[in-house]
Amino acid sequence: MLLRAEDLSKRFGGVAALETVDLELERGAVHAVIGPNGAGKTTLLNLLSGIYRPDGGEIFWENESITGRAPHEFAAAGIGRTFQNLQVFFNMSALENVMAGRWLHERHGLAGSLLRLPALARAERACRDEALALLEGVGLGRWALARADSLPYGALKRLEIARALAAEPRLLLLDEPAAGLNAAETRGIDELIRRIAARGITVVLVEHNMKLVMEVSQHVVVLDYGRKLAEGAPRAVSRDRRVIEAYLGSEACST
Amino acid sequence: MGSSGAAQPSGSSRPLLVLAAIVAVLPLGLPNAYTYEIAILVGLNAITCVGLNLLVGYAGQISLGHAGFFGLGAYGSAILAARYGWPAAVSLPVAVAAVGALAWAIGRPILRLRGHALAMATLGFGIIVSIVLATEDRVTGGPDGMAVPPLASFISGEKTWYWLVGGALVASVWMALNLIDSPRGRALRALHGSEVAAGALGIDAAAHKLSAFVLSAVLAAAAGGLAAHYAGFITPANASFLHSIALVTMVVFGGMASTFGAVLGAAVLTTLPQLLASFKDYEMVLLGAVMMLTMIFMPRGLVPTVERALAAARRRPE
Amino acid sequence: MIEQYLLSGITTGAIYALVALGFALIYNASHVINFAQGEFVMIGGMASAAFFEAGLPLPAAILLSIAGATLVGVLLDKLAVEPARDAPVVTLIIITIGASILLRGLATLVWDKKIHRVPAFSGEAPIALGTATLLPQVLWVLGVSAAAVALLTWFFRRTLTGKAILAVSHNRLAARLMGISVRRVLAVSFGLSAALGALAGVLVSPIAFTSWDVGVMLGLKGFAAAILGGLGSSAGAVAGGLALGLIEALGAGYLSSAYKDVFAFLIIVAALVFLPNGLLGRGATERV
Repeated sequence: MLLRAEDLSKRFGGVAALETVDLELERGAVHAVIGPNGAGKTTLLNLLSGIYRPDGGEIFWENESITGRAPHEFAAAGIGRTFQNLQVFFNMSALENVMAGRWLHERHGLAGSLLRLPALARAERACRDEALALLEGVGLGRWALARADSLPYGALKRLEIARALAAEPRLLLLDEPAAGLNAAETRGIDELIRRIAARGITVVLVEHNMKLVMEVSQHVVVLDYGRKLAEGAPRAVSRDRRVIEAYLGSEACST
Repeated sequence: MGSSGAAQPSGSSRPLLVLAAIVAVLPLGLPNAYTYEIAILVGLNAITCVGLNLLVGYAGQISLGHAGFFGLGAYGSAILAARYGWPAAVSLPVAVAAVGALAWAIGRPILRLRGHALAMATLGFGIIVSIVLATEDRVTGGPDGMAVPPLASFISGEKTWYWLVGGALVASVWMALNLIDSPRGRALRALHGSEVAAGALGIDAAAHKLSAFVLSAVLAAAAGGLAAHYAGFITPANASFLHSIALVTMVVFGGMASTFGAVLGAAVLTTLPQLLASFKDYEMVLLGAVMMLTMIFMPRGLVPTVERALAAARRRPE
Repeated sequence: MIEQYLLSGITTGAIYALVALGFALIYNASHVINFAQGEFVMIGGMASAAFFEAGLPLPAAILLSIAGATLVGVLLDKLAVEPARDAPVVTLIIITIGASILLRGLATLVWDKKIHRVPAFSGEAPIALGTATLLPQVLWVLGVSAAAVALLTWFFRRTLTGKAILAVSHNRLAARLMGISVRRVLAVSFGLSAALGALAGVLVSPIAFTSWDVGVMLGLKGFAAAILGGLGSSAGAVAGGLALGLIEALGAGYLSSAYKDVFAFLIIVAALVFLPNGLLGRGATERV
C-alpha cells in the first residue's frame, strides 16, 4: 500500500468539505476520484499533497505518518500534482518550468550557485537535457524556449504534467487534467496517463470526463457532499444505483 | 541556445563582459574627481540594487526598508573601526556578517507576511534603524553623523576607490547572474510565479524567501560599509526612508527581474539628481517629473522596454 | 497624566485616521498605494497658511485650500495614474512616489522652505478637563474628523457615486459591466482622498505647524495606520489611525519621546505578524 488515508476530515468555517474519508492507494494503479462539483475532490487532493492540514484523520505514506507536514515535505516524499486552476510559472519559459520541477534532484549549495562551480555547470546542462526530453514526451518540444504565458491552454495543461513528472514522483495527483480540452486533446491526455502508469507511477485522477475515467482507471472512488459514496472497479461503480442517482444520472444527460 | 524574450540565455557571458568593459573604459571619460565620486556612488547603489532586485524582482517580495541594512553595514563597520580600533579590513566583513545574521533573525517572522503587510514590516524596520542611529548619539554620533577611518592606508583617492567599487560591482553582478541561472534561482522565480506549485515541487518557500532576504541584506550592508569608508563620514540619512524608497525606485525603474536593469536604474537615478542640481530650485520638480514620465511611458522599466523594442525590430521583415 | 496622553493620542489619531482613509479610498479604487497622500496634507496646511497670510479670512483660506488640494488630486489621477492604468501596480506606486517628489518641489517654489502656521480656529486659551488641559483646536480636530467620517459613511451608503466606488473596490470588471465608469470613480476617489488629506493638514497645522516636507512623515504614519487597520477597510483606516495615535502618545509618555516612533512601528509589525490582515481586514482565499 503506497498511501493510506484514514478518516480524513476537513472543515471550512461551518462547512464540512470532507468527512471521514478513507482511501487506500495501490502501487502502480490509476485511481480516479469522481463526484459532483463541491463533493470535496480538490479538497482531497489538497490534503494528499499537504496544502491543507486535515482537521481529523491521518495520512500514511509507505506506512509512515506524514500528517501535518509542509507541502514541500510531501513533495520530497514522492507526491507530485497538477492543479485545477493552472499554476504554471508564467514568468518563465516552458523549459524553465520543467527545469524548476527537477529541484528535488538537483544540487543546490549556495556557494556553488553563486560561483558557478564546474560541477554545477555540468549539472545544469544535464538538467536542461532532461527537461527537454520531458517536454518532448508530452509533445511540447518545439515550445521549449517560449515564455509560458504565450502557450495555448491545452499546452499549458500538458506543461504542468511535464513539470510534475520532472520531480520523479511515485504518486501523481492530477486535478482535472482534461478540463477545457477538446476530444483530440483529451485522447492525448488519456494516452499520456497510460504512459505514466506504465512507468510504475501511481496516479490519482480527479475528472468529470467519464469516458476518460472509465478507460484509464482501475479503481474509482465516488465522493458526494464530502463523504465516500462508493468505490470499486469502474464498471461496478458506474452501475451502482446510489452513484447514478447522485452523479452519473444527471451526468449522462449532460455529456 | 538563442535568447528568448524575457528568459535570460543561460551561460551567456556577453552582457557581463559588456559591463566589465564599461567599468574598465569609463575612467577615460571622467574628467575630474567629482565625476569619479558620482561613478563610485553609482557603483555602490548598483550593488545594493542588484541584491534588492533578487528579493523584489525575482523572489517577488518587497522591502521598503533596505536602506536600513545599508546604514547598519555602514555604521557597524564605522563603529568597530572608529570606537574599538579594529582594522577596517576586519570590521567591514564582521559588520556585514552581523547584518546578515540580523536579517536572518528578523526575516523568519516577517517573511510570513505578504503584500502590504510585508511592505509595512520592512518599512517599519528601516525607520526603526534610522531612528535608533540618530538617537543613540554616544555610539553613533547622532544626527550629525560620525567620522569613519579609511579602509586601508593604501586605498585612498578617487581612482583607487573607483576600481575597488567597480570590481565589487562586476563581482556582484556575476554572482547574481550565476544564482539566477542555477536551480536555486529557478526555485526563487518559481516561488514568485506560484508559491503553491513551487511547494508541490519540493521547494521550501519560507527557506528560499529568507535566503533571498539575507543575501540582499548582505549586499546592501557591504555597499554601506564601503560607502562609509570611502566617504570617511556617515550620517543616519544613509538609512532613511527616502533612501529606501530611492533604492526600490531604481530597481523598478531599471526593470524588475533584470540584474542589468538594477544597475542601469541605479546609474540613471543616481546621476540624474546630480545633473539636475544645476537647476537648483527646480531640482525636485524636474526629478519628480522625469520619474513620472518615464514610468508612464515605460511601465515595465528601462531594460524590458528596450528588450521588447529590439525584439519587435528584429521581427519586422526588412 | 494618562488622560493627557490619551487625549493627545486621540487627537493625533484623528489626523492619522483622515490620512489613512485617503490611502484606503485610493487603494480600494485602484489597488495603488498613493505615496503622494502626505503631500495633500501638506498642501492643505501650506495653502491655508499662504491664503491667510495674504489677507483672506480664515474660513475662506481653509475652503480654498481644500478645494485646491482636491483639484491637485484629480489632476494627479488624470495626468499620471490614468495614462498608466494598465501598468503593473509597482509602476503606479513609483509614479505616485515621483508625484510626491514633484509636489514637494512645487511647494518650495510656490511657497518656501519655512515653517508656517495657521492660527487656531477659535483661540488659543487652553481648556481644563479634569486633570488634563486641552487646546480648543483639539476639539476642532476631533469634531471635524468625526463629522468627516460620518459624512463619508453616509456618502458610501446613500449616494449613487459612493456605492459605485464600493462596487469598483469589490470587483472592477463586474462594476464596469454594470455601467459604472471606473474612470469617474477613480477621479472621485483621488479628489476625495486629497480633500481628506487637506482637511487633516488644515486641522493640525495650528497645533503642529506646517512646512513643505511635513507630508513625508504624516503620509508614512497614515499608510502605517491604514495597513494596521486592514488596507481596504475604511473602518479599519479609522481604527488604525486612532490606534496608532494612542500607541504613539503612550509610548512618548511612558517610554521616551525620542523612541515613540520606534515603539509605534514595533507594535504595528508585531500586530501584523499575529493579524496579517490588520485589525479589521479580511483575508482573501486563493483557490487552487
